[in-house]
Amino acid sequence: MNPRARLLLGALLAVLLLLPAFASNYVISVATLILYFAFTGQAWNVMMGFAGQLSLGHSLYVGVGAYVAAAMFVNLGIGPWLGLWVAILVCMALGAAIGFLAFRFGISGVYFALLTIAFAEFTRVGFDHLQWTGGSGGLFLKVAQREQMDLLNFRGPPAMYYYAILALAAGALALCAWLLRSRAGYYWQAIRENEEAAQALGINTFRYKMFAVLISSAMTAVSGVFFAFYYNNLFPEQIFHISRSIEIILGPIIGGIGTLFGPVLGAFVLTVLADGITELLALFGVEVPGVKQVFYGVVLLGVVMFLPNGIWPSLAKKIGVGK
Amino acid sequence: MSALLEIEGLDLYYGDAQALSEVSLSVDEGRIVAIVGANGAGKSSLIRTIAGIEKPRGGKVRFKGKDITGFESHATCNLGIGQVAEGRQIFPTLSVTENLEMGGLLPRAKSKARQTLEEVFAMFPRLAERRNQLAGTMSGGEQQMLAIGRCLMGQPELIMFDEPSLGLAPTIVQEVFRIIRALNARGMTILLVEQNVAVSLKISSTAYVLENGRIVMSGSGESLLHDDRVRQAYLGL
Repeated sequence: MNPRARLLLGALLAVLLLLPAFASNYVISVATLILYFAFTGQAWNVMMGFAGQLSLGHSLYVGVGAYVAAAMFVNLGIGPWLGLWVAILVCMALGAAIGFLAFRFGISGVYFALLTIAFAEFTRVGFDHLQWTGGSGGLFLKVAQREQMDLLNFRGPPAMYYYAILALAAGALALCAWLLRSRAGYYWQAIRENEEAAQALGINTFRYKMFAVLISSAMTAVSGVFFAFYYNNLFPEQIFHISRSIEIILGPIIGGIGTLFGPVLGAFVLTVLADGITELLALFGVEVPGVKQVFYGVVLLGVVMFLPNGIWPSLAKKIGVGK
Repeated sequence: MSALLEIEGLDLYYGDAQALSEVSLSVDEGRIVAIVGANGAGKSSLIRTIAGIEKPRGGKVRFKGKDITGFESHATCNLGIGQVAEGRQIFPTLSVTENLEMGGLLPRAKSKARQTLEEVFAMFPRLAERRNQLAGTMSGGEQQMLAIGRCLMGQPELIMFDEPSLGLAPTIVQEVFRIIRALNARGMTILLVEQNVAVSLKISSTAYVLENGRIVMSGSGESLLHDDRVRQAYLGL
């Protein structure tokens, strides 16, 4: 990282840290959403951007992570700090199952993506009928007292959730920066570029693809737990839905697949502009359902046509910072 | 002279289709051994099985006297079996140097990677000139040299070449074969799989003819070159 990049990153972090001091609750909720998508997008990026394994079913890990921690909390009275680890382990086990099935039997590319969708879909159907978690009727957490901060049960004011997701997003960025420079990062690059060649060079492609899936699923489980305790309600039809998986991957695609900062930038652009358009239309008294989706489509189309590598690589060049 | 690589009765199937049938051969240390045959004879399958990418149903593969049948490819590479895969298979969006470094990450080669990189650049001045260029933007011949250089980064004791002349201009093909001989002159053992039968037989000490997954003929390169059946079937004479 060059000095300029360091400075900009420091400034950004300072602004984000001080944000709750002067911003309204609305701004904080938007910022929380941005950081949530930045974190989840980063998790997805480990699999697709780093190791070249396309998952179109990341809602699986968000949903299972959310449900495991929430159900333990609601039904068993076990707090989220323990539930978090159980959620991570369950999601890693699911990731391992998908990865093992796919990589052992040579399923790759589009077929791998289909497998990830299938897992998310049948999990959705499963949770629809699982009465312990409320079935299709949903699972609800008692809404947090906004004034009281209860860190032990992860209940509290919006600023608490904001700082939590800020820490997660920053931590994910640091983790990914480290991973990219590690041996695994090199191997992933080789696998992504040309798996056949990677194998011929003696890279254990099975092990390193599994490693990417495990890291990605563990990270996404954490974002699921956050989701559950932030939104307080879970419905299988929503959380496991494929549109959720697509929502997760739009940020990294628009920001720049495989880049460190792309998921963050993509989450920012999408959330701010989508919210902005909704607000703008509301200002004129127009309420168009689905305007967000149309907007996503237009932005995606524009990026694919004019910036096929995403916004970040060209922006990074313009402001003079490295990848 | 001892056999570096020995193969005994190797059987390979893709589903129900048999790709290799009781293939036996041996590669002596310091030699060039050629396997020639038509398209689809099983040449690439044989290399991929030795490398550990395909798993044989029967037979044995021994390297330096050690049974390595069924080993994964990362294990065979780390024992010193290098491979220059068919169609070059470089990493197109990485630079020449990055491509080479990727070949030197094997545990057996890692500590010597920096030194080997300089040796490779000395052997291939073209690569040194282009060390920061993206590999995908180079010519086919340069990419082939990069693939060979990358293989050398892994400190192999045996290099398996899979169709190194594929898709290259005739002058470049000559250059590639010159490189193979030069490597051999430095003591490298080479297993060469080729459709270019004439040249392969000329430079090899031992050669095997593979047809429909079976070895149908073997002998010194020179003797096969003058064999009437080989001349008719593969050299069109």
